[in-house]
Amino acid sequence: MTLRKTFATALRVLEQLSHDPRTLVMVLIVPSILLIILRYVYDGEQLVFDSIAPMILGIFPLIMMFIITSIATLRERTIGTLDRLMTFPLSKLDFIFGYAIAFALLALLQAVIASTVVLGLLGVTVLGGTLPVLISAVVAALLGTSLGLFMSAFATSEFQAVQFMPAFVFPQLLTCGLFIARDHMATVLQWFANVMPLTYSVDAMKQVTLHATWTSTLTKDLLIVIMYGAVVLILAGLTIRRQER
Amino acid sequence: MGMTHAVKVEEATVLFEDFKALDGVNLELPVGKIIGFIGPSGAGKTTLIRAVVGRQRLSRGAITVLGVPAGTAELRSRLSYMTQENSVYPDLTVRQNLRYFSTMFGVPRAKVADEVSRLLAVMTMQSQADQLVRSLSGGQKQRVSLAVALISEPELMVLDEPTVGLDPVLREQIWAIFRKLAANGTSIIITSHVMDEAERCDDLVLIRDGKVLAHGSPSGLCEQTGTKTVEQSFLQLVGAQA
Repeated sequence: MTLRKTFATALRVLEQLSHDPRTLVMVLIVPSILLIILRYVYDGEQLVFDSIAPMILGIFPLIMMFIITSIATLRERTIGTLDRLMTFPLSKLDFIFGYAIAFALLALLQAVIASTVVLGLLGVTVLGGTLPVLISAVVAALLGTSLGLFMSAFATSEFQAVQFMPAFVFPQLLTCGLFIARDHMATVLQWFANVMPLTYSVDAMKQVTLHATWTSTLTKDLLIVIMYGAVVLILAGLTIRRQER
Repeated sequence: MGMTHAVKVEEATVLFEDFKALDGVNLELPVGKIIGFIGPSGAGKTTLIRAVVGRQRLSRGAITVLGVPAGTAELRSRLSYMTQENSVYPDLTVRQNLRYFSTMFGVPRAKVADEVSRLLAVMTMQSQADQLVRSLSGGQKQRVSLAVALISEPELMVLDEPTVGLDPVLREQIWAIFRKLAANGTSIIITSHVMDEAERCDDLVLIRDGKVLAHGSPSGLCEQTGTKTVEQSFLQLVGAQA
């Protein structure tokens, strides 16, 4: 692995996005618009909105990065660029980490905009402060990128890639504790939630919301999400083959 | 260099479940020549070149490329591969594509800009340099893809249908580039299902149903079969096989 090739890949992915303003607007602006809508869905119930808005700040980056990474990587496979790159003198890690860096930067920008809207415009209070919110959002985005890189190997069309979102992300969304406390769910679903990474991403945001200091539970939650992302990233690397059978 | 062959293929067989895409292929391809893999669609040409560049694992047999086994890491900076698809990024400009691929090929940072300028000049694409690839015509996209294969002028270029969709004038220009590269010692393998392309090659490998029907120079093949064109030779060989 060489840093120069990794950063060249990250730059290339960002250059591609810069030529696609519609996607950029969707990624950067849509989460904030949805949060504003949600605020008025809970009009008159500010406390409820205050408790769920930070959790959603941890969910959006994961979902967005999952979708765009899985489609971007699938395109690399279908237009032949990945095929060509695999004959080049580069490490598969250059390719994978290049994507991870590019989308982490995008997620950071998305999180900055969404946090500014939620914490500033909508007046939600987060005891832990803005920095832990941004860190948690970027970690969630990296997980989404890893999952997208991995899942793209199992899709043969962009249509299929998009279907992985409801199939793979929605069950986690329903059981992560956003809609109801996890200990109120059926036992089997609690087991499921305990092994799914989105649970810990949402937990991290809860910690940031409720505690003025950086707690050990926050560290544990973030480490679990990072480790999950790293394992999936390695699995994603295994799905990219130099030689096909 | 002392290398006798650019590529040596021994009993290469590729099985896709029950289908034999390559069936015991044996070949010795010379250095510094333009070699055409000619045959109908589905003959096994692409599978063979993918095995040569190390992208396709053999079910049986062995391939040696530039003196080392196909797929060896060191070959990645000694050969280039142009796939049948354009294999360039449509949402980047021509210059951005060439800069990215040059960096990934290992062109030193200080020389990337010069290499990109050289490639743009070779392909006469200076005026399209800052255009997005998706806005180019099919032939122009093909030229960008070919430019990527020319990065650093590797020892072996493996090109899958490189001149499909190009107009006759451009095709002449591309063949002039191939000739110049071969004269400087570059070995070039191209695939084609168009027989008039075959006449331009130094060496031809006629392929059908995963097997090599014949291997020789265009004139040698015509002589061997008593025909006037490579197409007639091919048809005669297919008839003899049936």
